[in-house]
Amino acid sequence: MLKTNSFGTLPKPNKMKLELTQKQKEILKKGLSCLFVLSIFALFFAIQGCNKKEAVNKDKSVSDLSIYNLPSKWTNQNGQNIEMKDLRGKVLVMVMIYTSCKSACPRLVADMRNIESRLPENIKEHVKLVLVSIDPETDTPKRLKEFAIANKMDGNQWEFLRSTEENTREFAAVLAVNYKKIAPLEFSHSNIISVFNAEGELAYQQEGLGVNSDETIKKITEEAVKLN
Amino acid sequence: MSQLKKIITFFLLLINSVLFAQDVKMASINGGTFVPLYGATAKKPVKVAPFNIDIYPVTNAQYLAFVKKYPEYSRSKMKGLYADKSYLTQWESDFSYGKNNLSNAPITNVSWFAAKKYCECEGKRLPTMDEWEYVAMADEKRSDARTKEEFNKYILSWYEKPKTYANPVGQTFKNYWGVYDMHGLVWEWTADFNSIFLSGESRKDKDTDKNLFCGSGSVNATDLMNYAAFMRYAFRGSLKASYTTKNLGFRCAKDK
Repeated sequence: MLKTNSFGTLPKPNKMKLELTQKQKEILKKGLSCLFVLSIFALFFAIQGCNKKEAVNKDKSVSDLSIYNLPSKWTNQNGQNIEMKDLRGKVLVMVMIYTSCKSACPRLVADMRNIESRLPENIKEHVKLVLVSIDPETDTPKRLKEFAIANKMDGNQWEFLRSTEENTREFAAVLAVNYKKIAPLEFSHSNIISVFNAEGELAYQQEGLGVNSDETIKKITEEAVKLN
Repeated sequence: MSQLKKIITFFLLLINSVLFAQDVKMASINGGTFVPLYGATAKKPVKVAPFNIDIYPVTNAQYLAFVKKYPEYSRSKMKGLYADKSYLTQWESDFSYGKNNLSNAPITNVSWFAAKKYCECEGKRLPTMDEWEYVAMADEKRSDARTKEEFNKYILSWYEKPKTYANPVGQTFKNYWGVYDMHGLVWEWTADFNSIFLSGESRKDKDTDKNLFCGSGSVNATDLMNYAAFMRYAFRGSLKASYTTKNLGFRCAKDK
């Protein structure tokens, strides 16, 4: 985290971090009363962190293999808080990227746009194209919004999501996407586009860059037609 | 007034520590830097902050207590999203590890999701790969024994030994930090196991698949001579989070 602070080329995330540290300083000044509050919080989160998942697990209505079992909370490019299960009922086309990526992501994003443009008109309303950030620290909702507009992916069918580092790592585990931060604003990551059916079950994965998307589009169409 | 606050704070901290059920012994690991086999850019040392780690891997008995408390993690209730079909397959039933498994043998056939959840419910977390490797490079006397020939021979000889997963925990050597079984018993899950870019599949058997992975060429093994460690990273690289195998267990860690 500190390393990114000294990385001066991107003013927006930097600003955000400075505000944070100022806030932290204020908190520290409050001393003992803060310790008091913190321990309540620690207690609360400890219980929450462990029990939260069971509450969702008890939800019998989603299948065993569904990503809608995941309890993690996400924020989209419009600053709205959502859970994965809010996307239930749509066929999802998902990819993990980060907006400051210079090498593979532009091609991955192009692949996503290409897939979207080739979808038959009669199923488009049943499909959501979801781009999940692997760099939640940098990719604020504002930045995701700017990225969406700059890449002409600003329609309702596009969803850009970010969460905590831990939730992101977990979600990557579900998608079998590997990633690693190799420098500030630089990640290695797998290039995988995943298709989920309306119930959140993995239907297909396309691996690699600039590959032929015919099979992916076929799968999306198959799943989406069921919803017509 | 502040006196009262102090007292309340103390009690809350006490409740915290009771809730986190610290009955499992942890070793205190000093922070430091090291160059891991894999994951350091341009061989720059990786910094490890001080942390605590369980001195033994989690056992059958401990895991049984966990599934009794959280039955949705029992063998028949476990969701397919979180574990494949061999989850806890060596156990006799949902709530018994049976006679063929020792109570103090390491729990195996658990997925990453299950291991992660177990640690969370203990108020802990899985160690990161760097943390795990940092602890694992110690022998009995040195915090970093990786250049010692005997140490590497010991690890490699374990890789050839069959069925060590059935042994009790704590029978291998106690390392510099007071931690047992980093080598010689089971492989272990780490929090960020999915940050490796070595393809385990033979159809893509190149070290770095440039097409599948973005920027993977910039992360390279710093020391391919360290075959023992290379095996561990290759193994992790071949895993998916829902996989379970009989020689793969875990232990938990905690921030200091």
